[in-house]
Amino acid sequence: MDPMSLKEISPDAVILWKWGFVHVNLTMVFTWAIMALLVLACWIVTRDLSTGTAVSRWQNLLEILVSAMRDHIRDVTRSEPGPYLSFIGTLFLFIAVSNFLAVVPGYVPPTGSLSTTAALAICVFVAVPLYGIMDQGVSGYLRHYIRPTVFMLPFHVIGELSRTLALAVRLFGNIMSGTKIVAILLAVTPFIFPIVIQALGLLTGMIQAYIFSILAMVYIASATRARGDGGTKRTKETARTAERTGKNNPHGPSSTGSGLAHQGMEGREGQERRRSWTASL
Amino acid sequence: MDSITLIGMASVITSGITIAIGSVGPALGEGRAIAQALSAIAQQPDESGTITRTLFVGLAMIESTAIYCFVISMILIFANPFWDHVIAK
Repeated sequence: MDPMSLKEISPDAVILWKWGFVHVNLTMVFTWAIMALLVLACWIVTRDLSTGTAVSRWQNLLEILVSAMRDHIRDVTRSEPGPYLSFIGTLFLFIAVSNFLAVVPGYVPPTGSLSTTAALAICVFVAVPLYGIMDQGVSGYLRHYIRPTVFMLPFHVIGELSRTLALAVRLFGNIMSGTKIVAILLAVTPFIFPIVIQALGLLTGMIQAYIFSILAMVYIASATRARGDGGTKRTKETARTAERTGKNNPHGPSSTGSGLAHQGMEGREGQERRRSWTASL
Repeated sequence: MDSITLIGMASVITSGITIAIGSVGPALGEGRAIAQALSAIAQQPDESGTITRTLFVGLAMIESTAIYCFVISMILIFANPFWDHVIAK
């Protein structure tokens, strides 16, 4: 909280450099720092990827992240995660890193500024019709606005606008309240309570990054709905994965068999899970 | 009372009332949601992954109403446009 006083609720107000109408504030500096950090990390991770059994620890991290994202996207959309992975994954990684670095002294999360979160929410707002049109064509996408009747059109439009606003304000409010409560507690009881609240803020930041990307995925999935072949695709993919793990498995054929059985079980369980998840929405 | 006193008083009192009332509803809602999710997990431990994920998403959506109230009370205290207007005059 050092660069920001208690009076300011957004790092936008801290202007570091000014030339004419060009302002450089704290939000922009930290946003660019996070982007540079992410690009550097990506370069380091993907420098020497291997397909063998011996993988570096960076590649392990990459595989865990990417496969977890693919699983979550597949659970929500009930289709192949390929076209959505880059957008949703970028959103998640940016927000997660931006919130996670809040433990670094002197750092102010750029997600605690309404302009950053509004920009991210507008990205989602634009991405929803883009993915919808890519999936169903212009007329197919526009037709879902007048479904079930044409009188639902204003409610669909209001819903799209209000959920974009909610997406932006939710992330902003959570992160801003975290930093602000730490600052207030530092003024009131500066001994141990700010650390507890900061740890809670780390948890909140991770959950908010997860929520933001999952909600973006749910909104995109609702625009690309109405496809019935998700289940068969999933089973095929599961079988392929099982085959691959069986091939890569260095232990004997017995463990391969159990691996296959386990994978099959996982597949059925995943389908059930997907069904209940979409029903709960 | 001049307008500075009035605006300051109204801002502070309103921000307190905003966060007080605005936190009661989401607290009740989150309590209900967690109670239901716990009983659902107790009945179906196999589905705990799905239930937990849906619970987190739902909790964040419930909590966002409290967060809106918090944002408004923060704006009333720290970035009040009426206060700035009166001070500048």
